[in-house]
Amino acid sequence: MAVTAGMEWYLPVIWSLLLAVAIAMYVVLDGFDLGMGILFPFAANDRERDQMMNSVAPFWDGNETWLVLGGGGLLVAFPLAYSIVMPALYLPVIFMLLALVFRGVAFEFRHVADTSRYLWSISFAGGSTLAAFFQGVLLGGFVQGIKVENNAFAGGPLDWATPFALLCGLGVVAGYALIGSVWLVMKTEGAAAAAARARARVLLPVVLVFMAIVSLWTPLAFPRIAERWFTTPNLFYLAPVPLVTLALAYGVWRWLEKGYDNLPFFGVIGLFLLGYVGIGISIFPYLIPPSLTVWETAAAPASQIFMLIGTVFLLPVILGYICFVYWLFRGKVREGEGYH
Amino acid sequence: MEFDPILLARIQFAFTVSFHVIFPSFTIGLAAYIATLEVLWIATGHERYHRIARFFTKIFAVSFAMGVVSGIVLSYQFGTNWSRFAHVGGNVIGPLIGYEVLTAFFLEATFLGIMLFGWNRVPRGLHVFACVMVAAGTSLSAFWILAANSWMQTPAGYEMIDGIAHPADWLAVIFNPSFPYRFAHMVTACYLTTAFVVLAVGARYVYAGRFPEDGRTMMRMAIGLIAILAPLQAFIGDSHGLNTLEHQPAKIAAIEAHWGSSDDIGGSVPLVLFAIPNEETESNDYQIEIPYLGSLILTHSLDGKIKGLKEFAREDRPPVAIPFFAFRVMVGLGLLMIAVGWLGAFLLWRRRLFETDWYLAPLQHIWPIGFVTILAGWFVTEVGRQPYVIYGILRTEDAISPVAGWALATSLALFVLVYCIVFSGGIYYINRLIAKGPEGAALEPPEGVPNRPLASAHEATRAAINAREE
Ligand code: HDD
Ligand code: HEM
Ligand code: HEM
Repeated sequence: MAVTAGMEWYLPVIWSLLLAVAIAMYVVLDGFDLGMGILFPFAANDRERDQMMNSVAPFWDGNETWLVLGGGGLLVAFPLAYSIVMPALYLPVIFMLLALVFRGVAFEFRHVADTSRYLWSISFAGGSTLAAFFQGVLLGGFVQGIKVENNAFAGGPLDWATPFALLCGLGVVAGYALIGSVWLVMKTEGAAAAAARARARVLLPVVLVFMAIVSLWTPLAFPRIAERWFTTPNLFYLAPVPLVTLALAYGVWRWLEKGYDNLPFFGVIGLFLLGYVGIGISIFPYLIPPSLTVWETAAAPASQIFMLIGTVFLLPVILGYICFVYWLFRGKVREGEGYH
Repeated sequence: MEFDPILLARIQFAFTVSFHVIFPSFTIGLAAYIATLEVLWIATGHERYHRIARFFTKIFAVSFAMGVVSGIVLSYQFGTNWSRFAHVGGNVIGPLIGYEVLTAFFLEATFLGIMLFGWNRVPRGLHVFACVMVAAGTSLSAFWILAANSWMQTPAGYEMIDGIAHPADWLAVIFNPSFPYRFAHMVTACYLTTAFVVLAVGARYVYAGRFPEDGRTMMRMAIGLIAILAPLQAFIGDSHGLNTLEHQPAKIAAIEAHWGSSDDIGGSVPLVLFAIPNEETESNDYQIEIPYLGSLILTHSLDGKIKGLKEFAREDRPPVAIPFFAFRVMVGLGLLMIAVGWLGAFLLWRRRLFETDWYLAPLQHIWPIGFVTILAGWFVTEVGRQPYVIYGILRTEDAISPVAGWALATSLALFVLVYCIVFSGGIYYINRLIAKGPEGAALEPPEGVPNRPLASAHEATRAAINAREE
């Protein structure tokens, strides 16, 4: 890639980093909150389910807003990429959105309902699980590449449906369930917390296995990714990523064993971010692998600048009041005590 | 089977956006109403404001959730259904939506947590502040999305480079010619819509003799607002129409079913009260008209002329029937709103409002009026913009995504199915909250509902009880 250090070069790089941050925020924040739904069927009783829902109820809407920022951000900064990815992944996007409808309304409906309450528990669990699954499919469909001709999607409606993408789907479900369990370890007490701790110790190895399969599959199936990782000097720079991941996973395992409440949650966030960085390394600078880069799909500089100015001022404010709300609702949600 | 992707994509977009806008119409107004009630509560100390605020917060929570989930669907539809539109208009539309997310969505979504769950966790002042932030968020959201939509109606401040719109002047983009009118008209519409729901709920309580104090307060506040806003809305709408005449004359010709100069009386435009527009013969069947009135309204003179549909090439004309009828529904209901508001104000002034059964009984059922009017208005606006997505720049048929017809048909069927389930659920539960009423919740013992999520009702209860114990 030619290094022409002008605005046209920097802006798309800045925007791809910002977009990456937005998506990472989404994966972590909505991850534990979708995880509640995935874990819902495994709860011992309705009281435990209430506790689970209570622990995320004040935050879920804010968490989901990162998804809007992710989609919106892609439209803002890389309209061409947006206009190719969305039709290419049409069905999984629609399925994910519909699943989110079911789980989103369940928060309120389950609360107001009497006899039909169990229906909204099912809707919450099913919606969350499917949403997570299709997010994984989207990730897989994106990593494996999209067929483009004349700046438009040129494949078929089911191109995304490969074993690799479906595997990514299952991997994300497992990952969200894991981060959901360690969230519960942090936010609940008594039986619910103990159950969550036990579940986290089952899920942790499962998630590691998924991470390992994806890490091996991608370089084997996609030469461009193998080239990125396994040629010198890249190899030396990148080798720490898997090593740190393993070390951190061991740490999370020990923290769970030793009865720490908060550390496992932050450890799992670390694991997520490492996996995420790994994928980023495999893909950058392509936004539509394997054909279009961030520069080729970028919005007009005037648009990227206009939005960047606002983002620089607004993002800290947003993060500030989000932290404030998490702080306000800090502490444990106790059994039998209701939300407060 | 062969599916026409353009038709399917249009139906799907129309369906999902129509479903979505129902909730913002209500939450924008309701957020402002709840914030007002809380401020009144702090200022006057009257417990009934607090009670009503809590009551409507529960309804707000349900409606807001539906607004959020249906909105997220929409934000992705620009890409899934209209990817060419996203590509051609993305440089301009993208940042407007981006600012909506940053200034509005995060604000409302985050402070919603405090609004719903903070009743007894935060000081009163902070709770009021959270309500005000949610209300501000919803209005800001309307600001940006209407800027985006208005730009699609009356594009300004851009230049075309290689078939792609590039922003040239952001202020001109945002404050494009139709934006001020559309924003004023829509926000007023949201307040009216909410006021009519509040009015209907209040009338239901007063008429049935349940929660009479709260019911009367609701009715008084709603009638006061309607009596002022309904006529104001007619005035704003009129100016909006004049502005549209300037920028989208084909749309006005469709609204008026005005085909061309041949059927004019002495060169002036009649006001067509009713007709069946016939696109084959390029004229109206069964027309009932008032001579000269069209000219008078649109040009403020008796023989003023406007362009007729025949003066536009066939392929540049919008469909006529939908804008024509939808406009009459909107204006008809708008006039009914004025009548209801003024009659109510008159009865209130004569101190007969709460005893006048012939007024109260039908009023219980008036709650959908605003929603129907808003949908009608949007159908005028959006269908009248056809055959363009971005007026004069991009035709709808060129805006479509390369998605197979069957995939669109599948997703359309799923949307209809899912939305029908969710919508019925929402209406059912909101109705149930209304049937329970404000006091019902506040008097329920906390032990009766152990450990239930979602603050609204039960947290409110607990707050009330804690307050008593303190
Ligand atoms: C005049 C108002 C208005 C209009 C015309 C629209 N919206 Fe909307 N939207 C809102 C007013 C609103 C709101 C008041 O901000 C909502 C409604 C209820 C709510 O929960 O927030 C919202 C929610 C909402 C959300 C979820 C926000 C969140 O996560 O909190 C998204 C992504 C959108 N909308 C996107 C759209 C798109 C793409 C539209 C057009 C095609 C659209 N909205 C039309
Ligand atoms: C919120 C109330 C709205 C309603 C009820 C509404 C309704 C409709 C309807 C009925 C159509 C189909 C028109 C046709 O194909 O004949 C349509 C199309 C469309 N609208 Fe809207 N609309 C609304 C707001 C918006 C907003 C705020 C935007 C964008 C910012 C928008 C963007 C579009 C687009 C991209 C299409 C598809 C292309 C087209 O058919 O023209 N709409 N809308
Ligand atoms: C009573 C007299 C009214 C008049 C003369 C009037 C006029 C208009 C006109 C001309 C338009 C189309 C503008 C365009 O597309 O360029 C419009 C749109 C619309 N109207 Fe009305 N209106 C009236 C009442 C109402 C009422 C009472 C409501 C709702 C409570 C309402 C809600 C809407 C909405 C939501 C739109 C679409 C958005 C927009 O373009 O602003 N209108 N109105």
